[in-house]
Amino acid sequence: MQEKFLEVFKETLDIEDRELNMSDEFREYEEWDSIANLSVIAMIDEEYEVIIENSQFKKINTLQELWDKIQNEK
Amino acid sequence: MKSNIMADLFSLEGKNILVTGASSGLGKSVAINTSSQGARLIITARNNERLNETLNSLKSYDKHKAICCDLSSKKDLDILVEAIEPLDGIVLNAGAVKLAPIAFINDTSIDELFEVNVQSSIRLIQRLVRKKKLKKGASIVFISSIATQKATIGNAVYNATKGAVNSFVKSLALELAKKQIRANAILPGFVPTGIMSNSEMSKEELDVHLKNYPLGRYGKPEDIAYLAIYLLSDQSSWMTGSLLNLDGGFSLK
Repeated sequence: MQEKFLEVFKETLDIEDRELNMSDEFREYEEWDSIANLSVIAMIDEEYEVIIENSQFKKINTLQELWDKIQNEK
Repeated sequence: MKSNIMADLFSLEGKNILVTGASSGLGKSVAINTSSQGARLIITARNNERLNETLNSLKSYDKHKAICCDLSSKKDLDILVEAIEPLDGIVLNAGAVKLAPIAFINDTSIDELFEVNVQSSIRLIQRLVRKKKLKKGASIVFISSIATQKATIGNAVYNATKGAVNSFVKSLALELAKKQIRANAILPGFVPTGIMSNSEMSKEELDVHLKNYPLGRYGKPEDIAYLAIYLLSDQSSWMTGSLLNLDGGFSLK
């Protein structure tokens, strides 16, 4: 399940040159910008049917935290 | 001589380009002229017979591909997007016109015009972006209308659809800039072609309306094709989000 999550996250940000880890602070990625931010929120809605408010999303920093949030909301 | 200079400067050699609405009028001219510049084309339209006529009039017609497709069908759209190789350019030309004064606008025609002129284009672009079918540096060209800059009687719904196109182009240009993908719109004045055959403009009305064109003539399909070629070429690589009037001066008066 987490592997799929990492794969989809990678694709959402167009990352092709490396693997991602659950401990990564995704806001530090060089690919991170305002479109990436909106894309991730939309991807979580589409893929997991979980809507995360932007105010909530702002508090999330690592992929693990994001994954946990999705699991809690489902 | 002129065509040699064009060919060298605004070469589309090796570029893979999709032209929608390619079976007649502006789309056909865009297809023929971009193929002369060396582009490899995928042309689409709803009418298979006329689409194949366009295919046969393209330079080196055997390297191009015609895909008969109703862009308002989501199924057709998915098949089209699946079938095409990553693109260097697109010209979105498919469109419809229907004249009616405000009081006589009917609900069906609102839906039809927005479907063909706006929603189909947005869905096509969405899928191309999502499926990564647009190469880095690709150029997206929308055929909009000068009607968005200068109103004429009976054109309200059509104008509204093209206004929507203009706004979409700006957002598209902003979002895709990171990938060096550009999006621009051509806003043509009146070009007598098949699309206007339903407009019931008489010869007399056409002559009167011509007085609104300072350069003294209506547009030719090639006028639009030449600007499309510029926008598809690498020479326009700093132009994005632009709405380009191409109207023989119509909007000046």
